[in-house]
Amino acid sequence: MTGPYETVVGMEVHVELATRTKVWCGCSTRFGQPPNSQVCPVCLGLPGALPVLNRRALELAMRAALALNCRLARRTEFERKNYYYPDLPKNYQISQLRKHLATDGWLEIELNGRPKRVGIENLHLEEDAGKNIHPETPGAAYSLVDLNRAGTPLIEIVTRPDLRSSEEALAFMNGLKSLLQYIEVSDCNMHEGRLRFEANVSVRPAGSDRLGTKVEIKNLASTKIVARCIDHEAIRQADALASGGQVVQETRLWDEARNVTVAMRSKEEAQDYRYFPDPDLVEVVLDDAWIERVRAEMPELPLARRRRFIEHYGLPEYDAHVITADKALADYYETAVAEHGNAKAIANWIMTEVLGILNREEEIDVAAFPISPSGLGRLVRLIDAGTISGKIAKTVFRRMLAGEGDPEVIVRAQGLAQITDAGQIEAVVDAVLREHPGPAEDYRQGKERALGFLVGQVMKAMQGKANPQTVNELIRQKTRGG
Amino acid sequence: MTPPPPIPLYDRTIGQLREALDRAETTSVEVTRASLERIEAVEARVRAFITLTPEAALAMAEAADARRRAGERGPLLGVPIGLKDVLCTQGLRTTCGSRILEHFIPPYEATAVARLREAGAVFLGKLNMDEFAMGSSTENSAFQVTRNPWDLERIPGGSSGGSAAAVAAGMCTAALGTDTGGSIRQPAAMCGVVGVKPTYGRVSRYGLVAFASSLDQIGCFARAVADCAPILQTICGHDPLDTTSAPEPAPDFAASFDGDLRGLRFGLPKEYFIEGIDPEVEAAVRAAAGTLADLGAEPAEISLPHTEYAVATYYLCATAEASSNLARYDGAQYGYRARGTTNIIDMFTRTRTEGFGAEVKRRIMLGTYALSAGFYDAYYLKALKVRTLMRRDFEEAFRHVDLVVTPTSPMPAFRLGDKIDDPLQMYLCDVFTIPCNLVGLPGISLPCGLTREHRLPIGLQLLARPFAEATLLRAAHAYEQATDHHRLRPPL
Repeated sequence: MTGPYETVVGMEVHVELATRTKVWCGCSTRFGQPPNSQVCPVCLGLPGALPVLNRRALELAMRAALALNCRLARRTEFERKNYYYPDLPKNYQISQLRKHLATDGWLEIELNGRPKRVGIENLHLEEDAGKNIHPETPGAAYSLVDLNRAGTPLIEIVTRPDLRSSEEALAFMNGLKSLLQYIEVSDCNMHEGRLRFEANVSVRPAGSDRLGTKVEIKNLASTKIVARCIDHEAIRQADALASGGQVVQETRLWDEARNVTVAMRSKEEAQDYRYFPDPDLVEVVLDDAWIERVRAEMPELPLARRRRFIEHYGLPEYDAHVITADKALADYYETAVAEHGNAKAIANWIMTEVLGILNREEEIDVAAFPISPSGLGRLVRLIDAGTISGKIAKTVFRRMLAGEGDPEVIVRAQGLAQITDAGQIEAVVDAVLREHPGPAEDYRQGKERALGFLVGQVMKAMQGKANPQTVNELIRQKTRGG
Repeated sequence: MTPPPPIPLYDRTIGQLREALDRAETTSVEVTRASLERIEAVEARVRAFITLTPEAALAMAEAADARRRAGERGPLLGVPIGLKDVLCTQGLRTTCGSRILEHFIPPYEATAVARLREAGAVFLGKLNMDEFAMGSSTENSAFQVTRNPWDLERIPGGSSGGSAAAVAAGMCTAALGTDTGGSIRQPAAMCGVVGVKPTYGRVSRYGLVAFASSLDQIGCFARAVADCAPILQTICGHDPLDTTSAPEPAPDFAASFDGDLRGLRFGLPKEYFIEGIDPEVEAAVRAAAGTLADLGAEPAEISLPHTEYAVATYYLCATAEASSNLARYDGAQYGYRARGTTNIIDMFTRTRTEGFGAEVKRRIMLGTYALSAGFYDAYYLKALKVRTLMRRDFEEAFRHVDLVVTPTSPMPAFRLGDKIDDPLQMYLCDVFTIPCNLVGLPGISLPCGLTREHRLPIGLQLLARPFAEATLLRAAHAYEQATDHHRLRPPL
C-alpha cells in the first residue's frame, strides 16, 4: 500500500490509574458523576491550594513500569508543564520530564507466531485535565467545563518508533491493554476515556535507517480506529512523497465520519511549555525495599496465567492464548469452569460463540456480555447431561443472549429437552424410512451422505429434539442391521 | 508616688493582655472594642485595612470570653489579630491586594489561619499589601496606599505594609504577614515593630496564595519579641496538606528566654556593610552589636561571599515560580473576568491585562523569560545553583557563629512615590533580607533606634540556622529588654 516506503509508528498512551482518589487530592475518581461534583480547592486550582502525592497512584505506576520491564528511577521528580487551557485549572499540568519514574522498558508482542519487542522510551506519572463540552448549537457563545476529571492520575507511556504496521500497532495496543488490566492498574475502558492512544506516524524509503518527518495523530476512539488511521496516514504520506511533495510535521485529527486525518487548526510554532521542577512537591526516593514490596504485590501476569491454563485445565496452547488475551475473559472462563468443570467444552464455547458476539463491538467488553459465566457453565452441563443436543444448545444460547433467563428455564419453557426415549424415536425412524425408501436403500448400499438426509428428516419430524446418537444408531440398525 | 497610668488595652502586648484577661481585669470583648476604637481613631490616616470585620471580631471575642469562662486558658485566647490579605479566610474576601481577586471569597481557609482560630484569636480584618506580595513599599496595592505611622508621607515597607503599620499604630495586638524576599522583616524595620520569618517549611503554606513557592513563608508582627513565641507556636508544625511542610515539631520557642547571651557567638558579614547603606543605619546596627557583646555574646568575623548575587538570583527564581503560580488567574472559574471578549484567548489576555497591576505583569514577564526554551539553563537553573552556593556560604558561617547580625534595610522609610518609577531601585531595598529566603533560614527584625532628623525606625536583623528560632528569639528578647527601642510609639 505504501509502495517503496516503510511505515514507522510510535505511540503515546495515556492510562487512567484505578485509584479511588485523585493524584494530588482526596477527591473521588468515579466516572459519570454530575459535573463539578468531585472537586476541591486542590484540583480546582484555587488560590493557595497545594498538591500532595497519592501514594497508591505512584505504586500503581511503579507496578506498570515493572511489568513493562522498565528501569525505575532512584529519584523521581515532578515538573510543571505550563500552558493555558480552560480544562486545566492551574494552567499548568503537573507531569514529569527530566527525571521520569521509569525508562528503557519493552512489551513483547506476537505477530504471526513471531515475537517482537516494542521499546518503551519512558513511563511517567501525571495528572489528567478536565473536560470541555462544546454546545451543539452552532455559533454558541460559550463552552462548558467539567473539572471532575481534573487531577485523575495518569501514566503516560511513550514507545520507541518500533512499530512497522497497523497490525503491529494493534498487537501492541491489545497486548498493553491486556497487561494493564491483568496487573489491575487500570480497567482500560476506552469508552470512558480511561485508555487513550495517540500515534506518531512517519514513512521512509524501505531500507533507510533515518526517520522521516512524523505526524502526530489524536482523537482516536478505539484500537480499530487507530489501526485504520495508521494505514490511511501512511498512504497519505507515501503519496505525498512519491509525488515530490513533503510531509509537514504537525498534529492531525482523525475524522471518523470521513475516514481521513485532517490538520488541526494551524498553530504557530511548537509550544514552549517552560518545564521546571514543581516547587510545591519534593523528589521521591525509590529504595530497593519499596520496589520489592511493589513487585511482591504484582498480580498474575498474562503469560503466567496462560501457562496455568495449559497445565491446570489441560487446554491447548492456542485456546489458552486466545482466552487469556483479555483478563476479563479469562476471569469469565474460570468462573464458568468453576460452575461446570468441562474445561475444554467451555473453552470451545467461549472461543466460538462468546467471542463471536464480543468481537462485533469496537472493543471487547466482557462486563457488558448478557450471559453470566455460571449461566454458560450450566448450559454446557445440560449438554453433557444429555438434556439437550449441541445444536439445541445454540438456540438456548441465543435466547439467553436475548435475556430470556437461565438455560434450564428456557429449555423447560420452550420444551427443548432432548427426547431420549428410544421407543419414541424408533417410531419416527420407522416412519421416515418408510417415506424415503430411496435414501434408505442408498444408505444400505453404503452411501454415507444419505444418512445425513435421513437424520435430518427424523430431526425435522421431532423439532430437532431427538438425541442424535440414538437416531444415528437406530437408522444404522434398521438399514444395515446393526 | 502615683503609679504609671495603665497601658491602653490596644497598646498592650500579648503577654500583658493575657495577664489582664486571666485575672478577669478585662474581657476579650473589651479588648477588641479598644482595638476597634483605635482603628476608628487612626485608620483613616494609616489605611492599613482592605477589609475590616468589626461585627465578626466582636462575635469571636464573645466566643473567646465564653471559652475563658468555661475554664479554658491560652496565650492567644481573645487576642485581636490582623491577617495579611494573602491568606485565605473562609467566607471572607481575600484580595491579595489585586483587582483580579477583588471579590474572591475563598470556600476554605489557610491552615495557619485555622490554627489561630482554633486557639481562640480574634480576627479584626484583612490587611493591605503589595499586589500578590510583589513589592517593598505596599505602593503596588490595587486598592489603597498604606502610610507609615511614624511619618504619614512615607512608605510602611512591603509587601506586608498593612500588617506592619497596623501593629505599629496599635490597631492590632499582632498580625500575620508573609515573607518571600523580606516582606515581613523590611516593613517591620520601617515601622519600628518586631517581625519574624520562620525557617522555610515551619508554617504550612496551604491556603497562602502563592507568589514564589520555594521562598514564601508565613510569619508574624508584634510589638514585643516575646509575643512572637505563642503565635509561632500556634502556627508552626507539620501539615499533611503541604508537601513542603517540615516534619519538625514546634518546640517551646520562649523556653530559653533569659538576658544572658554568654556562649552565643555572632557575626556581622562584611559584605553587608557596603557603600550605599545609610550611615545612621550602620551606626545603629553596630551599636546593637555592641549591646549583644555586653550581654555576653561573642563577636566573630564572617564572610558571605556570594551576597552580591542574591538580588539577581531572587529575581530569577521568584519571578519564574510566580509566572507559573499566577497563571491560574484567567477569569475562567473565579475572580475578575474581562467583559465582552470573543474567544478564550481574548478572555485570558484581557482579563489578565486589566486585572493585574504593572509590577505583577513585569515580574510575570521576567519569570516567563527566565523559564523559556533556550534560557532556562542560563537563568533559572543557574539561579538554583547560586542558591546552593549561598547555602554553603551560610553553612560555613554557622560553623563560627550562631547568629548573623545585619541591618534589615539599607535605608529607613523613604517617601511615597520616591522609588515607584524605578523598579530596580526598589528591588535593591531587599538586598539584606533576600539571602535568608533563598537559603530558607529563620530571621527576625526588631527596632534598634530612630534616625536623628526625622525619627524614623531602624531595624536590626538577626539570622539563625535552620529551625533555630529559639536561639533567634532568645537573643532578640535579651537585646530588646536591655534597650528602650521597643517602648517607642509613633506620633499618631
